[in-house]
Amino acid sequence: MNHGWLEKNSIFMLIGIILVIAVGGAVEIAPLFWVNGTVEKIDGMRPYTPLELKGRNIYVREGCYVCHSQQVRTLRDEVERYGHYSLAAESMYDHPFQWGSERTGPDLARVGGKYSDEWHRAHLIDPRSVVPESIMPPYRFLFTKTLDYRDVRQMLTANRMVGVPYSDAQIAAAKEDLEAQADPNSETQDDFRKRYGKAEVRDFDGEPGRITEGDALIAYMQMLGTLVDFKTYRANAPEHRR
Amino acid sequence: MSKKEVDDVSGTETTGHEWDGIKELNTPLPRWWLGILYASIVWAISYWIVYPAWPTLSGYTPGLLNHSQRDEVMSDVAALKSARAGQEQELANSSLTEIQRNPDMLQFAMAAGRAAFGDNCVPCHGAGGQGARGYPNLNDDVWLWGGKLADIQHTITVGVRSAHPGTRQSQMPAFGRDGILKPEQVDDLSEYALKLSGRGADARAVRRAGSLFTENCAACHGADGKGNRSLGAPNLTDNEALYGKTREDIRDQIWNGHGGVMPTWNGRLSAQEIKALAVYVHNLGGGE
Amino acid sequence: MQADVQQAPWRFDHFFIPVVLFLGFAAALTEAARSPDAPMVAQGWIFAACMAFTGIWYMWMYAGRTPADETRTYADGVVKAGVIAAMFWGIAGMLVGVIIALQLSFPSLFYLPSEAWTNFGRLRPLHTSAVIFAFGGNVLIATSFYVVQRTCRAHLFGGSLSWFVFWGYNTFIVLAGTGYLLGISEGREYAEPEWYADIWLTIVWVCYLVTFLGTLIKRKEPHIYVANWFYLAFIATIAVLHIVNNLSMPVSLLQTQSYSLFSGVQDALTQWWYGHNAVGFFLTAGFLGIMYYFIPKRAERPVYSYRLSIIHFWSLIFIYIWAGPHHLLYTALPEWAQTLGMTFSIILWMPSWGGMINGLMTLSGAWDKLRTDPVLRMLVVSVAFYGMSTFEGPVMSVKAVNALSHYTNWTVGHVHSGALGWVGYVSFGAIYCLVPWLWKKRLYSNALVEWHFWISTLGIVLYITSMWVAGIMQGLMWRAYNDFGFLEYAFVEVVEAMHPYYIIRAVGGLMYLGGALIMVFNLWKTVRNGVPVAPAASVTPALTAEAA
Ligand code: HEC
Ligand code: HEC
Ligand code: HEC
Ligand code: HEM
Ligand code: HEM
Ligand SMILES: [Ca+2]
Ligand SMILES: [Ca+2]
Ligand SMILES: [Cu+2]
Repeated sequence: MNHGWLEKNSIFMLIGIILVIAVGGAVEIAPLFWVNGTVEKIDGMRPYTPLELKGRNIYVREGCYVCHSQQVRTLRDEVERYGHYSLAAESMYDHPFQWGSERTGPDLARVGGKYSDEWHRAHLIDPRSVVPESIMPPYRFLFTKTLDYRDVRQMLTANRMVGVPYSDAQIAAAKEDLEAQADPNSETQDDFRKRYGKAEVRDFDGEPGRITEGDALIAYMQMLGTLVDFKTYRANAPEHRR
Repeated sequence: MSKKEVDDVSGTETTGHEWDGIKELNTPLPRWWLGILYASIVWAISYWIVYPAWPTLSGYTPGLLNHSQRDEVMSDVAALKSARAGQEQELANSSLTEIQRNPDMLQFAMAAGRAAFGDNCVPCHGAGGQGARGYPNLNDDVWLWGGKLADIQHTITVGVRSAHPGTRQSQMPAFGRDGILKPEQVDDLSEYALKLSGRGADARAVRRAGSLFTENCAACHGADGKGNRSLGAPNLTDNEALYGKTREDIRDQIWNGHGGVMPTWNGRLSAQEIKALAVYVHNLGGGE
Repeated sequence: MQADVQQAPWRFDHFFIPVVLFLGFAAALTEAARSPDAPMVAQGWIFAACMAFTGIWYMWMYAGRTPADETRTYADGVVKAGVIAAMFWGIAGMLVGVIIALQLSFPSLFYLPSEAWTNFGRLRPLHTSAVIFAFGGNVLIATSFYVVQRTCRAHLFGGSLSWFVFWGYNTFIVLAGTGYLLGISEGREYAEPEWYADIWLTIVWVCYLVTFLGTLIKRKEPHIYVANWFYLAFIATIAVLHIVNNLSMPVSLLQTQSYSLFSGVQDALTQWWYGHNAVGFFLTAGFLGIMYYFIPKRAERPVYSYRLSIIHFWSLIFIYIWAGPHHLLYTALPEWAQTLGMTFSIILWMPSWGGMINGLMTLSGAWDKLRTDPVLRMLVVSVAFYGMSTFEGPVMSVKAVNALSHYTNWTVGHVHSGALGWVGYVSFGAIYCLVPWLWKKRLYSNALVEWHFWISTLGIVLYITSMWVAGIMQGLMWRAYNDFGFLEYAFVEVVEAMHPYYIIRAVGGLMYLGGALIMVFNLWKTVRNGVPVAPAASVTPALTAEAA
């Protein structure tokens, strides 16, 4: 055995270690950027609206992912309970991904539209007021804090730099769009809809005239899983094999 | 550095090195260890041959089985559906009353309904359908929109104040908040509503509110306060209340005119599931 | 100042450290003054305070007020500091563990609805980071510095650079921990700290690598001891993992938040390539380094097999890297990658057990010491837990098993058999050895070590069995079908069923924490009132153990 040689040369030992550990990661991760079908080509995906993006930031900030997955696996019971299994394309604009690794609470990949805004508000303020069995923490503070969105344009720009296709117009109007989505009576409604299609416009937190962190988080919750139309998606089409 | 020596306990030679008093034996690799290592490698290679495994420049090796877990789950779900198909077909073809009358079908519908209720309805209507403030109790005889099978099925399908184009709609005005009535009038009406539900109330206020009620409330709740299901206006004379029974709760409702959203389940749940749910809810105790 | 006004030779660290501290201080003050983002302002002040503290500490050291390690045979001051920090963070992290366990058991008692910083989603990363990176990291830094000097017969390279590593690393911990409470998170498990903390850690970690490698290069022993192979692999690989996994785009240089460079499926695999190998290199390779020094030393027996060391070292580090996808089975990750993750995890079984065999079999001829020396027993039991969790891991990587176990508390049970049993015990064992050796005092009480051992072993048993039962129950309930072919249980029914197991886990955790508190008391007494021992005896552990 010639191992003695390595044992006498710290630098070569270090180089050896780095070579040995580089292989696995390179072979597994790099092809995800080029192998066809890794991210399915489907209709419906759009970048988050500024309000939803803000809501997503709160989701990340509060660490909802430590209890909730956003990934329906290809298993019968999960598909029956939560709906169509998750596609890679559904998280293509997620920086970072929020698939989660625990289900202390249920999967949220398709929670959008499942409950009402008032329910979400009541549930976030005091989960046990609506679900007595719940062990989820209360998030009352989300509804007392007005949303700080001074930086929303920069947020969209940062997202574009990592590959989310926000247009110049979307970035320029980020603030107005955020306000438009939280207020159904705003004058910039039409422009917002032009830029984000069917995104829902409402006062999400039941406090018209004020945009709270709750508005943003509920707007995000209510769009989860609603973009892809699975009635027209053909899961076993050959181009979707992967 | 010291030279190679033989360890007394094991009888094995050391490698001859020593670090801070620590030496190393030159024991050969345990055979069983090496055996399992090789076996696991052989197993892995066989697995790679049959399953998708290695990325290539443009794709990946699909494996002899051409396996796809997406196909597999689709066929698992299809198999389950086909196992349920006979009864599900029957469910689809039968009217709600037929289901209700046929014990086998009823049992099946109840099982299907229970499963769907647990993950979709419980968060609002409670584990036993007992409801919560703002979320109606589904196991009593009090119905906003009707307790017949068909009514329930329709409510579940289109929801109330939901995103469905045909949603059930009703809106009690916010008499206080929107300044339609004066605060004293709202106070009086609260007493009136208390009285309607058969509880003690300030008699003078009730008398004052009589005409107010006819003018403002009777259109929806009826002159006798018994409600109107076609408008979704609740009966005020029973002892059930969606928004609470206390004086404050009632006043709050007249002031603010709350109206909750019941989502539409059309699309998220299949027509059969909704049918089963209608039967299940009907049988929770309050069906008409 | 001392009388000897001998001119200190110009050295890299004398220049580098003040510059880094100054730049760090300036950057921190800029953030504090200019950032529009309240949490960033807070982080700026905290970071500035850490830099200032470290700077003052350095001035004192150069003024001769605190031990200047570079003048001694071995730099042991920094090892002592690491041991103290490890015990401090260990207690803090486990206390937070107990708190979050109680939150899940009694949600209406332990949640404070208006105090954002107490919510589970913020405390849980605080727990994981505090136990893994703060406790584990300080144990690794302290032991690696101790071991590399002894086994190389060389003083640490880089003069005071090792002190910079210590203070810099703990600064990172403070930034990360306070950050979680302030609501700063990158949202990726075990890599939650934001971009600026990541950059700081990168600087510190490179210094760690330089110190360690430099000491290896300076060594007087012709060969590098096996413990150091593992430490080196741990340090180098964590550097690679950390840098790649934390590539991200800050919203602005004055804000805490950043967006990861990759998205969706690529981000998921990068993260779990990192996450799994944080287990493989931080919690495994590093701690194997500890095992390879402290077990033979304490048992006074030669390492079982040099050849096994070689084969299992290289196979372990090669194969570990491939196993990340076992965290993403049945997800939207392409199936080929899942296959690789699963198969390599199975192959990983024997390379892992190679370490266990080498650890346990080193005891041959000295098994009787387990009866009398509870410290050695702790070390050996840790290796047994290591063997157990590295058997369980491959089992959980089998797709059919993972279909059941993923997302459940089975994973949490697995984690803590590794974390409490392996990482916790091997660290405790090493620290029980180190404190008497470093402070040259006899251990205050062996009986207290016995108490610690038994209380926390019972705690581990309660913790992991309750989580296994709960996890398997969860998995089975989620997929249970009734006679008609419909799902049997609603999600909340499963939540309800978890209640008793959450309580048992909290009790188990409390016992484990109790054991650790006994240890702190014992060590405190050792350092404060312990009987001094002659230097020769202090490095002969069996003597100290028996004498007590
Ligand atoms: C301690 C774990 C925990 C944390 C942290 C947590 N949740 Fe939950 N969550 C639960 C549990 C348990 C349930 C199921 C019981 C219930 O409905 O309350 C749940 C249910 C939900 C539901 C209803 C899902 C459904 O389909 O019924 C939503 C939506 C939700 N949580 C959102 C959130 C958001 C947003 C956050 C972060 C701000 C969060 N949760 C944080 C445990 C948690
Ligand atoms: C987001 C909360 C929410 C969820 C989830 C929900 N409901 Fe409702 N439901 C409501 C509210 C609110 C009303 C009362 C609407 C009103 O004020 O008229 C209601 C009303 C009803 C009614 C009419 C009661 C009556 O008195 O006429 C039925 C029946 C019903 N729900 C069944 C269901 C079923 C079955 C499900 C599950 C598939 C379900 N609900 C899920 C909120 C919900
Ligand atoms: C335009 C129709 C309409 C008018 C006019 C109206 N209501 Fe209502 N009322 C409703 C509806 C609809 C609801 C139930 C809201 C829901 O379904 O969530 C309701 C609910 C109530 C409730 C709560 C019942 C419960 O179960 O908690 C009270 C009390 C009440 N109304 C009193 C009044 C009084 C007093 C007036 C007159 C000042 C009045 N309403 C006028 C439509 C009306
Ligand atoms: C051969 C060695 C091992 C293998 C193959 C292995 C495998 C696994 C698997 C399959 C999971 C579950 C993934 C999921 O379903 O989400 C897991 C989780 C985990 N394991 Fe191991 N394991 C091994 C050893 C260890 C050891 C020694 C530790 C030390 C503490 C450890 C710590 C963890 C942690 C922290 C997680 C949780 C990750 C998360 O947050 O989801 N593992 N491991
Ligand atoms: C007093 C002892 C401890 C207690 C009470 C405790 C408790 C907990 C709890 C309640 C969780 C959250 C589980 C969940 O979300 O359901 C957790 C997670 C975790 N703990 Fe601990 N813990 C303790 C010690 C440790 C130690 C010593 C380590 C590591 C060295 C550790 C590592 C982890 C990790 C890695 C996770 C994340 C697991 C995952 O994501 O799957 N814990 N712990
Ligand atoms: Ca996890
Ligand atoms: Ca609002
Ligand atoms: Cu892993």
